[in-house]
Amino acid sequence: MTTSVDLVDYDEAVSRYDPVFGIEVHVELGTRTKMFDGAEQSFGAEPNTQITPVSLGLPGALPAVNGTAVEYAIRIGLALNCSIAERCRFARKNYFYPDVPKNFQTSQYDEPIAYDGWVDVDLEDGTTFRVQIERAHMEEDAGKNTHVGGEGGRIHGATYSLVDYNRAGVPLVEIVTRPIEGAGARAPEVARAYVQTLRDLFRTLGVSEARMERGNVRADVNLSLRTSPDAPLGTRTETKNVNSFRAVERAVRYEVTRQAAVLDAGETVVQETRHWHEDTGITTPGRVKSDAEDYRYFPEPDLVPIAPDPAWVEEIRAALPELPAARRRRLQGEWGYADAEMRDVVNAGAVELIEATVAAGASPAAARKWWMGELARTAKQQEIELADLPITPAQIGALQQLVDAGRINDKLARQVLEGVLAGEGEPEQVLVARGLEVVSDDGPLLAAIDDALAAQPDVAEKIRGGNLGPVGAIIGAVMKATRGQADAARVRELVLERVQG
Amino acid sequence: MSTLSRDEVARVAALARIDLTSVELDRLAGELDVIVQSVARVAEIATPDVPATSHPLPLTNVFRADEPVPPLDRDEVLAGAPAAQEGKFAVPQILGEDA
Repeated sequence: MTTSVDLVDYDEAVSRYDPVFGIEVHVELGTRTKMFDGAEQSFGAEPNTQITPVSLGLPGALPAVNGTAVEYAIRIGLALNCSIAERCRFARKNYFYPDVPKNFQTSQYDEPIAYDGWVDVDLEDGTTFRVQIERAHMEEDAGKNTHVGGEGGRIHGATYSLVDYNRAGVPLVEIVTRPIEGAGARAPEVARAYVQTLRDLFRTLGVSEARMERGNVRADVNLSLRTSPDAPLGTRTETKNVNSFRAVERAVRYEVTRQAAVLDAGETVVQETRHWHEDTGITTPGRVKSDAEDYRYFPEPDLVPIAPDPAWVEEIRAALPELPAARRRRLQGEWGYADAEMRDVVNAGAVELIEATVAAGASPAAARKWWMGELARTAKQQEIELADLPITPAQIGALQQLVDAGRINDKLARQVLEGVLAGEGEPEQVLVARGLEVVSDDGPLLAAIDDALAAQPDVAEKIRGGNLGPVGAIIGAVMKATRGQADAARVRELVLERVQG
Repeated sequence: MSTLSRDEVARVAALARIDLTSVELDRLAGELDVIVQSVARVAEIATPDVPATSHPLPLTNVFRADEPVPPLDRDEVLAGAPAAQEGKFAVPQILGEDA
């Protein structure tokens, strides 16, 4: 599959071409059972243990719509500012593939449950990009094929395939954008941020765990180039199975550089499905559009139409939780962060962490200081996400309370933090075990002060003479003697008392 | 009024993976044409204010509660499959298309 393809440098490509793209996102709904039958659905079950006659498309099996899945679809539609259809139907999308045992996928065709919406996407620099939503419709997932004999489970060279139908019939909502124009060079970033925004939305709405690594959220990216924003739309390609945020960004970027090279060579972009390769970061052509794409949609005769009662829709709307963007704005106000501070917190994925840390008793400023300072550095060093550090917001809250109570200073707090990260226990335990508590007993301090004054008689003399400048030298010596465990302000008081008293 | 050609019948049959003989194609082209013509006549009579009817039952919103039902027994199910391996259905190699 390694064919060499001409590419144009990205900056060069976007200086001469205007990218227009669209994204289809599929989200698996987190209902207990499948879309059209009562088979349980959960991740990681043994193959073919979550199947019923409907899942397998056995003759005579009759589907029945999962009411909760419909409610979830409406929730998604409302959160995306869509209109909810007064009446809509399911349709059969006919094609033959082993993971679709009925030989059709039950989907919605020209009557999606939600349509004409929009969602605001916050970009890393704090600006907002509005993406128009064409539709969100309900459908079912397919089973899972494992290709045997092909290299790395790939279809090429496979001698046969094994099919697990646990996923067949899992409820999906597919969200389709209108062509996204005007992103220019930022197209890859907008694409990524859009999918991230949807993921956050699904989680907030409670309609899906939305775990990318489990394939709960999957994206297909359509992209075309035109010579200028005034020119007609170019021919587009559809890149399938772009299943991580980073992959969405890279796939958009790659297609821009590839299509630019095709157009530069005076050739035309072939309208086709392409496959994203995470390992090599390229796309390759998939199946050629042919009769296989003639899906012969027709209304599903086994399922009666859906006509959501407007009162029900309003009930769902009223019960929608606070959405992520509104929540971020509220928290920024409550925490008193500047725009740039909040943006960094959001970009670092620290909103929930800070919220929980504040709930655990730290001030918003202290919580931000820990997560965006010491912990951000540690996470970066270890190349992991902040949330994956072996420390909890509750522990940071407890640590800050030790500081606030004067039991440790900032320097000691960093050592306690280090201990907690190293798995030495709770902040209090680390403090005791490492003997890090600030020396608040004047006895040892006075002894250290006397030693310091004796060691630097000239300095002591100056202080006695009323020159307070060199006090710092004595404080420094005491801090050193107490391995930083002294309260510097108290040491200063004691030095002055000692010398002048 | 349009008529259904033998080629169109052959194409639809291919889409549905139905293998028809030449004799069957001729016969079905004629029979299906009668059906198409009849539907066309109905379409002539129906005025735009009559919505197309896909579901004759006056029912909407027939929903099932999101409650699990017992699954089929896997061994029994796979016993009916032409081939199985590792608890999965084994199917012939997929040609001409990509996953």
